[in-house]
Amino acid sequence: MSQGTHTPPKQVHLAAHFPGVNNTTVWSDPRSGSHIEFDSFRRFAQTAERAGFDFLFLAEGLRLREQNGLIYDLDVVGRPDTFTVLAALAAVTEHLGLAGTINSTFNEPYEVARQFATLDHLSDGRAAWNVVTSWDAFTGENFRRAGYLPQDQRYERARSFLHATRTLFDSWHGDEIAGDKASGTFLAEPRPGAFSIHDAFFDIEGQFNVPRSPQGRPVIFQAGDSDEGREFAAAEADAIFSRHGTKDAGQAFYADVKGRMAKYGRDRDQLKVLPAATFVLADTDAEANELADVIRHQQVSGQTAIRFLEQVWNRDLSGYDPDGPLPEIDPDLGEHTIARGRASVRMNRDPLAVANEYRALAEAKGYSIRELIINVTSRQNFIGSPRTIAETINDYVQADASDGFILVPHITPDGLGEFADKVVPLLQEKGVFRTEYEGTTLRDNLGLRPLAAGESSEEVAA
Amino acid sequence: MAARPQIHLAVALDGAGWHPAAWREPDAAAATELFGARYWLDQVRRAEAGLLDFVTIEDGFPLQTEGFAAPDARTDRVRGRLDASLIAARVAPVTSHIGIVPTVTTTHTEPFHVSKTIATLDYASTGRAGWRAQVGGRAGESALFGRRELAELSLEKLNTPEVQAQIAESFDEAADHVEVVRRLWDSWEDDAEIRDAATGRFVDREKLHYIDFSGRQFSVRGPSITPRPPQGQPLVVALAHQSIPYRFAARSADVALITPQDVDAIAGIVAEIRADQAEAGRAEERLLIFGEFVVFLDENPAVAIERKERLDEAAGEPYFSDAPVFAGSPGALADQLAEWARAGLDGFRLRPATVPHDLEAITSGLVPQLQDRHLFRREYEADTLRGLLGFERPANRYVTAIAA
Repeated sequence: MSQGTHTPPKQVHLAAHFPGVNNTTVWSDPRSGSHIEFDSFRRFAQTAERAGFDFLFLAEGLRLREQNGLIYDLDVVGRPDTFTVLAALAAVTEHLGLAGTINSTFNEPYEVARQFATLDHLSDGRAAWNVVTSWDAFTGENFRRAGYLPQDQRYERARSFLHATRTLFDSWHGDEIAGDKASGTFLAEPRPGAFSIHDAFFDIEGQFNVPRSPQGRPVIFQAGDSDEGREFAAAEADAIFSRHGTKDAGQAFYADVKGRMAKYGRDRDQLKVLPAATFVLADTDAEANELADVIRHQQVSGQTAIRFLEQVWNRDLSGYDPDGPLPEIDPDLGEHTIARGRASVRMNRDPLAVANEYRALAEAKGYSIRELIINVTSRQNFIGSPRTIAETINDYVQADASDGFILVPHITPDGLGEFADKVVPLLQEKGVFRTEYEGTTLRDNLGLRPLAAGESSEEVAA
Repeated sequence: MAARPQIHLAVALDGAGWHPAAWREPDAAAATELFGARYWLDQVRRAEAGLLDFVTIEDGFPLQTEGFAAPDARTDRVRGRLDASLIAARVAPVTSHIGIVPTVTTTHTEPFHVSKTIATLDYASTGRAGWRAQVGGRAGESALFGRRELAELSLEKLNTPEVQAQIAESFDEAADHVEVVRRLWDSWEDDAEIRDAATGRFVDREKLHYIDFSGRQFSVRGPSITPRPPQGQPLVVALAHQSIPYRFAARSADVALITPQDVDAIAGIVAEIRADQAEAGRAEERLLIFGEFVVFLDENPAVAIERKERLDEAAGEPYFSDAPVFAGSPGALADQLAEWARAGLDGFRLRPATVPHDLEAITSGLVPQLQDRHLFRREYEADTLRGLLGFERPANRYVTAIAA
């Protein structure tokens, strides 16, 4: 830079989200395969690895969603266990990071730390953890403690939970196993893994029983978008899984989160901002736009549109015609919620205002219920030819709207193949995406500093 | 001539083998390799090459100690382990026939999580998953979770009323845990996923079932988030040494592992378990009973005995186990297994004293000896663990209930 050379472009990080249990996943497409059988995960992961992606990402749900008191049946329903799938994928991939969402409410730190430390060992340093919280009594009905945690304590518990696991991961320093057969010295010290954690949420002590793993601990992701969530990410996380899909919103979020890091003594490049992104690829931009429309109609069937509308109206609208006008009746503002097991419904929204917005839009454009929902719910983030998409992605990254993207295909398990074959080579041509993996661990590939033995990132900062 | 009853064989994998000095053997893996995937995969593949029915993988939440004792600060034995269910998942896609049975504790875990873990292992192995359900309660274990106070098990206090009450309660909880896991496995009917484009429905929700279990330690609503696994019901295995755990195995397990010290003890234990089984209303259900041995195997029995003595000397004390210890030739072990099988056992879980030596001796020495006696398979005859052990794929309890 100082001698007149150009700053090398930022490298794009790409990851793949296995299609989830929501309406963006099009199960009715003839190419759509199983969401449960391991072969689908194997194919999806191997495509991501062939393309040089940083990691594969699995979401989690701990109770089947319900609406109107019935199990929601219009989207994909069901998923396998996160840890088990990731450990099995470690057998059929070599470089791909293995990231899982694991809840801090219906788990305990000792067990989760063992599972992630084990996954990191079994994958030779490729484990990552997306820490999420939940609080609802609905999910709690599947667990020992039921709905024990007040909503306003969920972040406190999550932070405390993460600190507890950090302590456990760091309880082995990496030099405890001597393994000297001749002298019979297996351990170099008599009490490895000793820990003692006593705070508002946890009262635990003993010796952790998994030796230090290749990365020291899993890469930590954070997904919440609230002020608390952003602060948590700036202080603690290695990557943030954001939802800001537009360039302007992305830049504002990026600047905000990275700006919060300095006060924790952290370098800006030690937190990767990775929004989720959907895409529609075709040979030309025009074809891609047409295809995007077709897919939106697949994603929002008439019945799905009614169900979405019910989530705003908070009442049974099954008698309405999706191809007809919006209901004249107003939303139910009661405390109960019609759609249980969905995190996002009705949070921070005024249903009456939303309903009036919808009515005005429908009237202005002449939309039916279904057309309205297609237009007010998210369109795909990237739509176009391979060149258009490659340029858009690179532009976002170079403009600091993100450090890359977590791509969510709408077809399982082969919806990533076209992106891998057509877009990735264009990014490689631009010199902004790897042609081979840089390192052996996920931390290496994400450009995160290795952690020294017994060192958490906070101690690095101190 | 009627085919002779076949002996089922499993091996128990733990650390560098079951003798505390096993890790010091010249052929033993380097200590750090015990925490890598390759080591476990090699062992399971070796067991599969020997056509064994299944492997179990030991586990536990506390750092290992001797017996049930409190943390002991010993530095001369294997300490540290990986989560067994994840080791099982890691080997599942790269093996093809052998059953994979991780140990998972019932005392501190969530039945909902355990159910989907084993169901998913069954998907990853295409029908070869089992679960060894193990009660917790070792010294220091409750403090790792900080959620409840349990009387700690110790050999000295084993027969006090307090500890016996605790044991009974822990096994009752374990039975509830297995019941919840089993109901969750059945909570999706096999054909619940319909992908009906005409109605836009992905599942037929009439074929998803709330399990509504309510017990002393937990209540679970269901249904599972994971569809019914390939085997319907993966195999549940339980190790039992006395009446309370015999009753648990009889109520809850498909395979009971027992530790009679001599052939004369077999009939009494088997009778007790069968009586408990009938009392639990399972008289018509298949429940296999396996014996256990720790094995030191060499073609020359004197070498096996000498090897045990050498290992004992390295460990600083003679080796004892809850299971009988066999040191001798594979042929002599084959004779003994045949005799014990005739006394009422369906198979055996063998604990190799050292790895790889004794594991190799099981697959390359003992197995051919049993085959020569027409007591063991010459090729895998089924693709699922249930199939290998002679279990049908079971009907779904919720379908049966509706049909009735």
